[in-house]
Amino acid sequence: MSQSVTPRVETTAFQREVRLRVTGLEVRMGRSGPDVVRDVSFAVPAGEVLGLVGESGSGKTTVALALLGHTRRGLRIAAGQVLLDGIDLLALGQRDLRAARGARVSYVAQDPSSALNPTLRVGTQIREVLRAHAGVVDDAGRAGDRVAEVMREAYLDPTPEMLRRYPHQLSGGQQQRIALAMAFACRPSLIVLDEPTTGLDVSTQRRVLDTVRSLCDSYGVAAVYVSHDLAVVSGLVSGVAVMYAGRIVEIGSTARLFGEPVHPYTRGLIGAVPSPDRAEVLTSIDGQQPRPGRRGAGCSFAARCSYAIGDCTTKAPEPVTVAGRSVRCLRAYDIQVLQPKPLPVAPGPPAVGSTSTLSARGVVARYGSTPVLSGIDLEVPPRACVAVVGESGSGKTTLARCVAGLHSNWTGEISFQGAPLARGARQRDKDVLRRVQYIFQNPYTSLNPRKTVGQIIEEQLKQVTGLSRRERSAQVGAVLEDVSLGPDLLYNYPDQLSGGERQRVAIARALVVQPDLLICDEVTSSLDVSVQAVIVELLRRIQRERHLAMIFITHNLALVRSIAQSAVVLRQGAVAESGPVEQILEHPADPYTQRLMEDMPKLEQSQNNAPPSPRPA
Amino acid sequence: MAVSTPAGPAAQPGQTQPRQVQQIRRHQWGSVLWSAARTPRGAIGLGLASFVVLVAVIGPFVAPDSPNALVTLAFGKPSGQFLLGGDEYGRDVLSRVLNGGWVLLIMAVGATALGIAGGAAAGVSAAYLRGVSDGIIMRTVDVILSFPQLVFALLLLSLLGPKLWLITITVGVSHAPQVARVLRSATLDVSERDFVKAAELQGMRPAKVMWKEILPNLISPLMVEAGLRLTYSIVIMAGLAFLGFGQPPPAASWGTMINENREGLSLNPWAVVVPALLIALLTIGTNTFTDAFARVAIGVDRRPEEAALIDDLGQESA
Repeated sequence: MSQSVTPRVETTAFQREVRLRVTGLEVRMGRSGPDVVRDVSFAVPAGEVLGLVGESGSGKTTVALALLGHTRRGLRIAAGQVLLDGIDLLALGQRDLRAARGARVSYVAQDPSSALNPTLRVGTQIREVLRAHAGVVDDAGRAGDRVAEVMREAYLDPTPEMLRRYPHQLSGGQQQRIALAMAFACRPSLIVLDEPTTGLDVSTQRRVLDTVRSLCDSYGVAAVYVSHDLAVVSGLVSGVAVMYAGRIVEIGSTARLFGEPVHPYTRGLIGAVPSPDRAEVLTSIDGQQPRPGRRGAGCSFAARCSYAIGDCTTKAPEPVTVAGRSVRCLRAYDIQVLQPKPLPVAPGPPAVGSTSTLSARGVVARYGSTPVLSGIDLEVPPRACVAVVGESGSGKTTLARCVAGLHSNWTGEISFQGAPLARGARQRDKDVLRRVQYIFQNPYTSLNPRKTVGQIIEEQLKQVTGLSRRERSAQVGAVLEDVSLGPDLLYNYPDQLSGGERQRVAIARALVVQPDLLICDEVTSSLDVSVQAVIVELLRRIQRERHLAMIFITHNLALVRSIAQSAVVLRQGAVAESGPVEQILEHPADPYTQRLMEDMPKLEQSQNNAPPSPRPA
Repeated sequence: MAVSTPAGPAAQPGQTQPRQVQQIRRHQWGSVLWSAARTPRGAIGLGLASFVVLVAVIGPFVAPDSPNALVTLAFGKPSGQFLLGGDEYGRDVLSRVLNGGWVLLIMAVGATALGIAGGAAAGVSAAYLRGVSDGIIMRTVDVILSFPQLVFALLLLSLLGPKLWLITITVGVSHAPQVARVLRSATLDVSERDFVKAAELQGMRPAKVMWKEILPNLISPLMVEAGLRLTYSIVIMAGLAFLGFGQPPPAASWGTMINENREGLSLNPWAVVVPALLIALLTIGTNTFTDAFARVAIGVDRRPEEAALIDDLGQESA
């Protein structure tokens, strides 16, 4: 107990002091290559967390690694300073830098299961950090005590059994807290967290976030939290920097930035975040982020910006201070006045027929002899979208795979349009295979990399319909248009497409055969938030236009409201609760659902008691 | 400002950009071959192998004498007329070297093709079909593998007699198990990917799934295996020829020449050294090029900027 009181006293002294100041950071590719990250400047006071948000390719991880004086292979820090307590980390020699890493600045990686050494006991791994930096912590002589202490700080029980465990014997959340304990072991001044909760369940995520917040707070540690998830960031950090195409486009306090975003990109991002409280049409940002070397002379966002004027494509915007935050936009003053319109409410559910498209009774599924689902009932009315929600391990994907015919080790009854479904896809006839379509979670593996988009979609028609070649190519063209992809994509290979485009190709492959039931298995979980909005909107439009029945599998409760009319909450292979979406989200009856709703990170747009903001440097 | 392209890409909307950026076209194995040939390692390998192939292919047309004519002294020293001297019966070594390669090459390529085709068929179907088929195929493979390759070939040849087509088949069959092993593990990885599941959901027949969906994704391991097996084929066939299982006596063959002329090693070493050197250069060449190809295929020799670009865009990680 006494340990945690002492630093608290120190903290108050440091309260306003800037711990980390980054100025003009620039990272380039190779010797003469284009810049990946440029003009990045910010400051973080002691005890505060700065959120570095952006979509993949924005350069946020590159900045995070540069804070430790590190770059990935092929990249080079070309300019700038990373001042930590007044000392420039980038000016240190290799030996000093190595001494600083882990001791004065530490890093928590995205995936704890690969960041921890699988062959070492967790106690040993934490002790190693202290041994590598002997003398950094005053009581390093008593390393054993310090190990127990940091574990307690990370809300882990430092029992001998716990210390003797190997990483694989811990849950994902525990693993990440071990990584946090290692990062905080030497009481660093700065801690860099790179999406540390991606891949964790909401409840675990919340506990890890609480740990981060209390550790930073009690030791006066400055933290930089890299994330693509705006909702997670909004609840944790005091200041936010939004990155786009290698630059910070807007930086300011969390409350200001999320409450009244100014930069058009920030506005787009926030509009794309689904909310569990309202059924909204998610706004999406058309187009894609330009890659390094193709960012042009003007504003990198100009091509996608609805506020863009002629100057935007020729003049690079310098940061200006508007409404208490720094914005990199030529029209910041004009735009600030034009507050975004309130988001339109999504159209209500369509008419629902009487007999179910899909009806499952007492489905029990096993992997080998391990039961995964125990007695699931599911009703999907025609033209309706049913969301199946649950954490990892709840069996939601297994349920989808049973319906699709990918998993055949199940008992019970699933009937489709009144007729019972055979167990596996091999036993189903072509017509059933055509009517029930499945969209995979990860568009990076669901498309054959050796086939063109045209071949991928046409193969589906070849297999389940008897159309002639001419009819097939007409249908492929039509369906591409329907998912808003141009015909020029026909001859492209999947690795030439972005994640969003790939997922649209996967959707096109399902739609081209006019299915009656569409099963979407976590179709947006591997995509960026603005792309997620595009895909959800596309699915919703298509579901209404084509009167499809749909099963939408997701772990993200917030998405449910935007797309589904009813929801089924799964917990450990059983139905915890089911009913209309409004009822489940607003008045959850089951304690499990209530906890899920409570732990779910929400985009807090009106924080009144927000911590002070980091000052833009 | 750092961007050197002033007009084009900057003005265009985001939609068309990723396709312009595309620098590594992993779906075209031809371009992987080409970029392997451009690495120093690949260029050396290709150069060595091409040199030997050239000697073997155009050799018969430029040979100064008939390979079987007795034109000089037995183990005669090299002279202006007979650049590499004479062999055990006084035949021109240069002419025999120039004539003695092409049969070996054809047989090696044939055996390799056979081994790759048979091994790939066995390995891919074992991995994809699983269950009983996997068990039967892989246990057969284990049985063949339990014989050393050369012993296996000798066993079959001594039972069935040394015929050229039989040597080719025998060497091919002895390659198949190793190829099957490698491709089975590569297939296990590919067949777990979602696009294979998607094909199954379309009701595609297993044979078609293997041929159309899986095999095109195995081009890299297939190419690497082909290079490796070609090297081994040459070595084994030269070895068999040395042991007397090759083209029957009067015919010139590099492997046979080493055996025939080893007694005169001190009198005219060239009659042994030159064929041995050609075989060595060929195997080193094919092996080095295969190595370069494998490195390019897995991205080791990829330019670091490109690798970093791909990482940064999160394309590979997802």
